[in-house]
Amino acid sequence: MEVRKEKSMTLQKDMFANHFKRLSRAGEEGRKVVYTFVPGNLNELIRSFDMLPVHPEINALQSAMRKKSANYIREAEKHGHSEDVCTYVKCDVGMMKTGNIGPTGEKLPDPDLLLLSYTGCFTFMKWFEILRQEYNNPPTVMLQVPYQSDGKITPEMTNYVADQLRDVVVPAMEKVSGTEFDAEKLRTFLASSARAEDDLVAILASAKNKPSPIDAYFGGVYYIGPIFTAFRGFDSCEEYYRVLRAEIEERVNNGQGPITPEGQMSEEKYRLVVEGPPNWTSFREFWKMFYDESAVIVASSYTKVGGIYDNGFRHDPARPFESLADYCLGCYTNLNLPSRIDLLEKYIKDYDADGFLINSIKSCNSFSAGQLLILRELEDRTGKAGGFIESDLVDPRYFSPANIKNRLESYFQMIDAKRRTVRNA
Amino acid sequence: MSVKQIIKKCEQLYNDIDLFYVQEWKEKHKSRAIGFMPVYVPRELIHAAGMLPVGIMGAGDLLEIIKGDAYFQSYICHIPRSTIELGISNRLDCLDGMLFPAICDVIRNLSGMFKLMFKDMYVKYIDFPQNFLKTLGGNFYQHELRTMSDDFSQINNVDVNRDDLNRSIKLYNENRAVIKELYDLRSQNPHLVPGSELYLLMRASNVLEITEYTALLREYISETVCEKRPQRDNIRVVVTGVFCEQPPLALIRALENSGCFIVDDDWMLGARFILGDVALSNDPINALADAYLNHTVCTASKYDQDGNKGAFLIEQVKKAKAEGVIFAAPSFCDPALLERPMQQKALNRENIPYTSFKYSENTGQFQVIKEQTGTFADSIKLWGDS
Ligand code: SF4
Ligand code: SF4
Repeated sequence: MEVRKEKSMTLQKDMFANHFKRLSRAGEEGRKVVYTFVPGNLNELIRSFDMLPVHPEINALQSAMRKKSANYIREAEKHGHSEDVCTYVKCDVGMMKTGNIGPTGEKLPDPDLLLLSYTGCFTFMKWFEILRQEYNNPPTVMLQVPYQSDGKITPEMTNYVADQLRDVVVPAMEKVSGTEFDAEKLRTFLASSARAEDDLVAILASAKNKPSPIDAYFGGVYYIGPIFTAFRGFDSCEEYYRVLRAEIEERVNNGQGPITPEGQMSEEKYRLVVEGPPNWTSFREFWKMFYDESAVIVASSYTKVGGIYDNGFRHDPARPFESLADYCLGCYTNLNLPSRIDLLEKYIKDYDADGFLINSIKSCNSFSAGQLLILRELEDRTGKAGGFIESDLVDPRYFSPANIKNRLESYFQMIDAKRRTVRNA
Repeated sequence: MSVKQIIKKCEQLYNDIDLFYVQEWKEKHKSRAIGFMPVYVPRELIHAAGMLPVGIMGAGDLLEIIKGDAYFQSYICHIPRSTIELGISNRLDCLDGMLFPAICDVIRNLSGMFKLMFKDMYVKYIDFPQNFLKTLGGNFYQHELRTMSDDFSQINNVDVNRDDLNRSIKLYNENRAVIKELYDLRSQNPHLVPGSELYLLMRASNVLEITEYTALLREYISETVCEKRPQRDNIRVVVTGVFCEQPPLALIRALENSGCFIVDDDWMLGARFILGDVALSNDPINALADAYLNHTVCTASKYDQDGNKGAFLIEQVKKAKAEGVIFAAPSFCDPALLERPMQQKALNRENIPYTSFKYSENTGQFQVIKEQTGTFADSIKLWGDS
């Protein structure tokens, strides 16, 4: 079936294409390039120095979607990287070792600055230490973001991050870019971010409708693309979310379900909350297992890795460094396990889900360690059906379609059985 | 005590997964105990509050995992499941708190699991600074230390003052000095301090009260130098990557039997984490923070701010006159396994030979590893000087 391209899809496609084009020209245009991570990214600050960000995780997931990750991972393993570790790292290292060709087929520039935003994942630190060694010691900055171990952000935590921004990150960026810090420019970007964030919240909350007009996991990963990466703070980003929100509101008004790669979902049989990242190597096949069963994901934790906004947080031009700090501190994987469970429980209730599913990623300790306890707790607290499947982000060796399909089938049967019990009670 | 008796005592403590020693200590001193996971925690703070710091390094191969596996997927290392098993089998009941140092996401998430599963226990995740400037990471860490110290005072119902802290710092300084003496002795005369004995002695640091522990180490040193032990034609190696989940004792013995003298290592690293003394001063918290920022070992969980990966390991090799390095890492251990290729690159530049393997704390079969390290030893003997 021919799927009609929504305006927002075209906008996003153009944004990314332009970004990668600019990256490929960065050398000749003398524009500096900052490698950094999605969680806790400082896009507004980077862009205020007119530098361009590169996100290695995005390259890795794009490589997986283009079926290149297996080779990259093999390449990294050939260079001594263990089969046990995070496959994002290996995919990135393998890509670098084979010429650093980015998702659009253009070569990515080397980093002028490695900005190690150390938020919510230990592996980030090792990853950039590896890149630092591989790229022969480019300027590198560590921004330590303390973990929300007691489920809250304390003033000391905010101050620590804000002080590092002022005293370490900004001076490093000034030096690399040769530009003086422009507080006004940063404020303008932050104000724009907040407006786009309002729209993002409305977009994700639209899944409370029945039927849900969006899939908040498989579709959700596209919706978060611009705001989690190179565009937060820009007019183009605001426009994207404005347009997307209008499209979705129209779907709500028409009582329409989500758009899938095979057209619009006509029936909504199961509403699910999903914890954990998706698999990228067989993304379409994975998604199909859900929409074929008329299952729609109404909320997901993965769409919160680059920032949680539905709790009211917004970037704030009145407190530029402090709000950037709070943003970094608030990303999903920086929450402790009890807070993650509370959040998922809230989603299950607020979005009136029939159950929740954990996609446990083999090589991601940050997400995966403790997920079996999350499963138990959520089952106890909500009484809803909990499902557990296992795959990997970018290593196709760990995506076993038959196995996952089987598990999902039993899982959907479990929801049916629960429904019957409730009806008969 | 003779060397044999000392080692026997240490082995008893090693096997004491029910923590009888801790229970008796608490009973005798009418006090409390605080557990901690690898790698490093500032035990001085616990001690100053009159409590016993207790290292929990998983359960090794001493405990059958019955329920712990239900909490962790197969692709997560072993130490969290054995630690959970210890908890749900009530073996950690004698602990009044547990500290989880920031070393990786598994330990980090385990701290949240403890919060949920053991609600009566004080559970603290310690975020160590990865920025090493006094005004930034230093300030942040001092706040962490003060919070902990206040918490400990409250838990044990005491008022910890500057003198208490300085007294504890002094005792731990003495202990670190003796450990250094022991390591130096081993490096100079490895046949006098077999790796398995040194390991058991280090494991005793997990429970023994610090003065008792220091005395025991001193006694061992003075006894072992008088022992008649056969000199062996072993190669000298540094073992690295074993800072968290510990290798089984039998694995350490297997390495030695395969022809290696272990002349330096990073097991039980917490007891050697601070290099040299922590200053005795008017502001002991500041002194502890300072020591952390400026005088600690390099290990995978600490950010390498200088971009000089492998330099510390190479220094270890040179200082201990080692001929090679054995990279041993727990399966699925991101810190150790991601560190490894960087360090190997550095070793390659220096022409230092190495071999690598993975283990798990409950591995029972070592034949393959033994053959591998045996071949490594043979190749060094054969080609080492060429
Ligand atoms: S461990 Fe997980 S969160 Fe961390 S870099 Fe890898 S995939 Fe991302
Ligand atoms: S063995 Fe490695 S991965 Fe496992 S808890 Fe320890 S440091 Fe973390």
